[in-house]
Amino acid sequence: MNKGSWSARLQPHSLRLSLQVWLAVLLVCVLGGFGSAVYQLERAARFSRLDDDLTVRIAGLNNALRNAPSSRGPVSRPGPARRPPPGPPPDGRRPTRPLPPGGARGLSSKPAEIPVPAAVAALFGDAPGDFYYVIWYRDDTVLARSAAAPGNIPTPPSPEHDTLTHWRMRDGLREAYHCSGLGDCVLAGRSAAAGLAPLRALALALLGVGAAVLAIALGAGWWLTGRAIRPIDRIAEAASRISRGNLSERIDVSGRQDELGRLAAVLNATFDRLEAAFERQRRFTADAAHELRTPLAVIISEAQTALARPRNADQYQETVEGCLETAQQMRRLTESLLTLSRFDADDNLIPRSEVDLRDVVFAALERVRPLADERCVSVESCLATALAFSNHDRLAQVVTNLLTNAIDYNHPGGKVCVSTSTEYASAIVAVTDTGTGIAPEDLPYIFDRFYRADKARSRAEGHAGLGLSICKTVMEAEGGNIEVTSTLHVGTTFTIRMPSIKGPRPHD
Amino acid sequence: MRLLVVEDEPRLLRSLAKALREEGYAVDTAETGEDGLYKGENTAYDCIVLDVMLPVFDGWEVLRRLRTGKQTPVLMLTARDAGSDRVHGLDLGADDYLVKPFDLPELLARLRALIRRSAGQPRPVVALGEVSVDMRSRTAARAGVPVALTAREYAILEYLALNRGRVVSRTELYEHVLDENDDSLSNLMDVHVFAIRRKLGSQLISTRRGQGYVIE
Repeated sequence: MNKGSWSARLQPHSLRLSLQVWLAVLLVCVLGGFGSAVYQLERAARFSRLDDDLTVRIAGLNNALRNAPSSRGPVSRPGPARRPPPGPPPDGRRPTRPLPPGGARGLSSKPAEIPVPAAVAALFGDAPGDFYYVIWYRDDTVLARSAAAPGNIPTPPSPEHDTLTHWRMRDGLREAYHCSGLGDCVLAGRSAAAGLAPLRALALALLGVGAAVLAIALGAGWWLTGRAIRPIDRIAEAASRISRGNLSERIDVSGRQDELGRLAAVLNATFDRLEAAFERQRRFTADAAHELRTPLAVIISEAQTALARPRNADQYQETVEGCLETAQQMRRLTESLLTLSRFDADDNLIPRSEVDLRDVVFAALERVRPLADERCVSVESCLATALAFSNHDRLAQVVTNLLTNAIDYNHPGGKVCVSTSTEYASAIVAVTDTGTGIAPEDLPYIFDRFYRADKARSRAEGHAGLGLSICKTVMEAEGGNIEVTSTLHVGTTFTIRMPSIKGPRPHD
Repeated sequence: MRLLVVEDEPRLLRSLAKALREEGYAVDTAETGEDGLYKGENTAYDCIVLDVMLPVFDGWEVLRRLRTGKQTPVLMLTARDAGSDRVHGLDLGADDYLVKPFDLPELLARLRALIRRSAGQPRPVVALGEVSVDMRSRTAARAGVPVALTAREYAILEYLALNRGRVVSRTELYEHVLDENDDSLSNLMDVHVFAIRRKLGSQLISTRRGQGYVIE
């Protein structure tokens, strides 16, 4: 892997890099969501376990409170101290509720202390962070508290007619409290931080695992995208080599059946067509240059010979005539070349319409009639309507070329027969002559550009060897084809076929 | 000197043959590779001018077949000037290569050089004692004084000079001085040799009875 392709791969617009960024974003989202979900679930579980623990302890404390002996004092000591005047309490404390009629279970009088049973006390620890409890008498005096209880725990607000266990969260402390109907309250609590301490380890573990998974996935992703992109790099390299002019180079598609393999195959097919077109163009240019060089050589050689020594007027005239004839030949050649290059170029731009081949042939016959008369060749026609979708002028050129050939390569007194017909789905023009025919070994090549079966004779008559090539090019461009059958010294038949657009018109 | 020109373009062939004949060469022509090969194999030409693009079989094929038996110098004439084409032609045994359209003076100069080299005579001026033969201007001089020779006389002198020291038979002289269309009588050769002796000195060309002529 060379340096260039590496830097190309790390460019901001590199496909590999952007895939990697997307992968990273996706992974961070997924892992973050997963991790935080796990963390939250675990946190909720730990909280509810803490609450369960607190519930158990509250129940123990409640029992202890309920069973506490009221050894001292009267059952009830109502008095001004216990009964503040109605109205809002002066210090925000809860108002002491009147005793419900019939009394209630619990403390009947304020005990000196609440003996917490050992079994219940064992549930609470002494160290800070352990469970703690506080028990208040209904006048908010603390009856009991554990060693771990923090100093200033506000007395829980006593809900009306409610002896349920309540929960609160205060300064990182989770506390459960319960008040009896008389207003005596028990509270158990624990620092939530202490209860949730293992969560920090969990978070760290989740972070670590997440980071490891992210790293591994990104590494694997980098490797995978690299693998996936490598064929693209190869395709790009091959394509750039081809664009630098090595048209015979191809992308290696061996064994690839996937999307990239198909892409490479499509590109290769494109390159094949390009190369073929390029090669055709190159050969055509070379052939054209070749064909123009020979007449040029004639003109130069004639002129230099003439000028080499003094000549008489007749000799000069002969030379000039020879040069003129050759120059005319070159003119015909360049015209044919221009025609061909036009056909090669603007294939889709020419207007096409419904064309009756009969009309095309009829017009072409008018054009070649003088030539036929000059060569003493009789032309017969047998014309029926044959409709095709094409360009009239192009078809006319093909038919004229074929008729001119049929007359040129004929014997004096010979015959040319042209017919149009519709056969199956084809509109057909057939041109048959009783001429010299074409040797079997020449037949495969007669449509090649500049090929002349009888070179000496064709050149002498000014044929450049492009006529049939033009016919073939036109027919292929028009979606038809051209065929030839020939017997040497007997005659030749050229047949052109166009896709017929409909059957012959009735009554025509 | 007798040349064969093989070229399928009739006008070029005609024009070339005319120019070469005016230069004093005896010129045979052929329009196809087949015809050219037949003539090349059966006549001792001094040089062959061979077009590459020929009907029947092309110039390369003619050259390849000719080289199986003949060492006649061959100058290839072609409209293709790709470097690989020249290499191909020279490697097949061509002695020189000229691309169409060519300059006639260049073609003539190359032909002279080819003929000289194949005769083992690198200099364009051959000195035969006090007589010198200048093959560039196709003239002869005796003691520095130009002597007027007819084209036929010069051709005979040039051929004998290039083959100096070797006895050249009358038949060989005919073969190299007359072309295929020339049916001059054989004793004319003696007339031409007599004329050369008269103009350049009687000792220049000696006659070997029953064998031919030689310039010592």
